[in-house]
Parts: sequence; C-alpha cells; structure tokens
Amino acid sequence: MGNMIKVGMADMNTCAGADAITTLGLGSCIGVVIYDPVKKVCGMVHVMLPDSSIIRNNDNPAKFADTGIKCLIDSVCKMGTTKSALLAKMAGGAQMFAFNTDNDMLKVGLRNAEACRTVLAKNNIKLVSEDCGDRFGRTIEFYPATCELYVKAIGKPLKII
Amino acid sequence: MTGSRLEEFSDMEFDVLKEISNIGAGNATTAISTMMNLKVDMHVPVIKFLEFKELAEVIGGAENVVVGILLALQSDIDGMMMFVMEKKAAESIVSNILPGADGGEPTGDRDFTEMELSVLQELGNIIAGSYLSAISSLTNMCITSSVPYLSVDMAGAILSVPAIEYGKVSDKALLIQSEFGDKALTVDGYFILIPTLDAFEKIFNSLGLNL
Repeated sequence: MGNMIKVGMADMNTCAGADAITTLGLGSCIGVVIYDPVKKVCGMVHVMLPDSSIIRNNDNPAKFADTGIKCLIDSVCKMGTTKSALLAKMAGGAQMFAFNTDNDMLKVGLRNAEACRTVLAKNNIKLVSEDCGDRFGRTIEFYPATCELYVKAIGKPLKII
Repeated sequence: MTGSRLEEFSDMEFDVLKEISNIGAGNATTAISTMMNLKVDMHVPVIKFLEFKELAEVIGGAENVVVGILLALQSDIDGMMMFVMEKKAAESIVSNILPGADGGEPTGDRDFTEMELSVLQELGNIIAGSYLSAISSLTNMCITSSVPYLSVDMAGAILSVPAIEYGKVSDKALLIQSEFGDKALTVDGYFILIPTLDAFEKIFNSLGLNL
C-alpha cells in the first residue's frame, strides 16, 4: 500500500501508481477525480461552489467547479498523459440540512453537481460514475491502480464506484 | 467597514463581535441552565477567523461525528447561524434532559430517537435565539430566524454548509467557541455566525462604527 494523499476543502492534488488520494467529510462540496486508467495517474479537486464568474472572491481556482476542474485537467496532463485519455468520477453534493424553503443558497449541493457535469462534458471527459445528492456526508478515496472510488458515509456500508 | 473582506476587520470591529458573542453566550448559558436544572459555568468565548481547512480540525477532524443545528436569518440581517457540538456532548445533554429515556453512557455511536432529536433542535433554537437577541438588542435591529434544522454527520460535511456561504466572500470563517457545563458535564459548543458581508456592515453601522 502506498501513501494516502489528502485533499482539503477548496484544494486539489495529484497522485500516481500505488498511492491513493482522499478527501474527508464532503458535504455539499463535490470531490471530482480525473484519471488516466492506462497510465495510472489521477488528480482530485474538492470544489465548494459552482461558478467562479459570479463570485467576487475568486482567487482560489480549486474552490469552483469551472476553474477547479480546468486546473485539475492541466495538472493531470502534466503527469504525462493527454486530455483525451482522461476519465472522471465524482461524489458529494449532498443537501446536509432538510430545508423546506426555496432559498437558493441552500441548494448549493445540487448546483455543484450540475456544474461539475457540465464542465466535464464541455471538456469531453467522460463521467464514468458518480454518487451525488442525498442528505449525508461522504469521505472518498481514489486508487489510481484500480481506478476505484471508495465512498464512505456514517452508518452506511462502503460503496465502491 | 474598512475592507470588503472579512480578513480586514479592525481590532475595534473584532472587539465588537467578541462583546456580542460574550453577551450571547451568557444568555444561552442561562437558558440552558434553566432547561437542564443545573448550575452551569461558562467560559469567555474564543473568537477566531479560521481557514476552511482548519475549521474542521478544531472540531475534532473532518470525520468526527457532530451535531449541527442551523437556522436561517431574515429581516434586517440575512444569513445563517449554526451551532455545532460533538455527538458525545449532545448525548450527555439529552440524557440529562430526558432522564431514563435511554439511560446508557454516552458512547458517541448510537442513533438519536425522534424525541431526542427534537430536544436537540430546541436546544439549538434556544442557544441561537440567545445570540440573536443579544445582537438585536445591542444593535436595535429586527432579526428573525427560521425553525432549526438539525443534522448529525461528519464535521467536514456539516461545516461545508457555512463554509460555502463564507466561501463567496472569503477564505476564512468566523468561529465562536464557547464552553459551558458544571463539574460533571462540560459541553464544548461551536457557534458559527454566517451573516452576509452587508449584514456585518449593518451591525457595525448600527453601533456607530462608521469606519
């Protein structure tokens, strides 16, 4: 077993070979993994918000779906692969509190997931599988060697997508 | 306000926030002590700006199971407020308020019953309400809150909700940590106030801090 590389909130990192990459406690945020199944390289970004263009404070690209996924593609490509070889998996985007208001700011999980799908599609990266929505937090781990994404949640069995 | 970002609060503005939370925590402690029929001591709350990454660490790590109670704020101030406590602490509180309902020692890994969840929601309501009334009586503003929403999950997941709101304007969040309890039972409560930036400005303005 290799090292476990941690990705924080609004953060990104890459990993290869026998190592694994993880992000803990995803709520409404989304963990997006982009990987090359042949070269066994991958990267993960923990995005918090769907769109950088409508937010004033947008210095950190990893915070947003649009800029975060773009940066992630560039970083993974630098590891010796090409964009056309890349695939994606993602999880998160839960609605942590059971609001019954139509307040838009509370549906950010849904909007995050939608934005990630759109950005991936725009970049012609196939979203192989996802585990998004619902009302619980998730911890995810990705193993580039097997291309498996482990999704862990409190009181729920381990899910591999 | 001196800047458009939370990091740029002056010492004076920080002191105001500290004073508000002090009064709020005092009110909340009195309410809890009445509710639990206990003599409750409280400590001076600690206020700090934390990076999102650090936020979950303070509350025991991103995967630590916590109880989060969230209320939406309306009227003069828009935003949210959240009260977070460790699940173990929540278990001690419910077994104190509902003696005999379950009886077991707090283990941190049992599920709450409907009744217990309701008690916790009400507790969050009282605590948040105490903070709110502190702010509103100091500033002469009308602040109303929604019913409390409760969630028991990983700290990282619960905190992502306020972090996302803060994320729009800053990379840091304002955390108010208060500790209350008696000799037998100490509860660490974390209180996160998430007004919009305009709301902070309104608070300062109404207190005559036209910086």
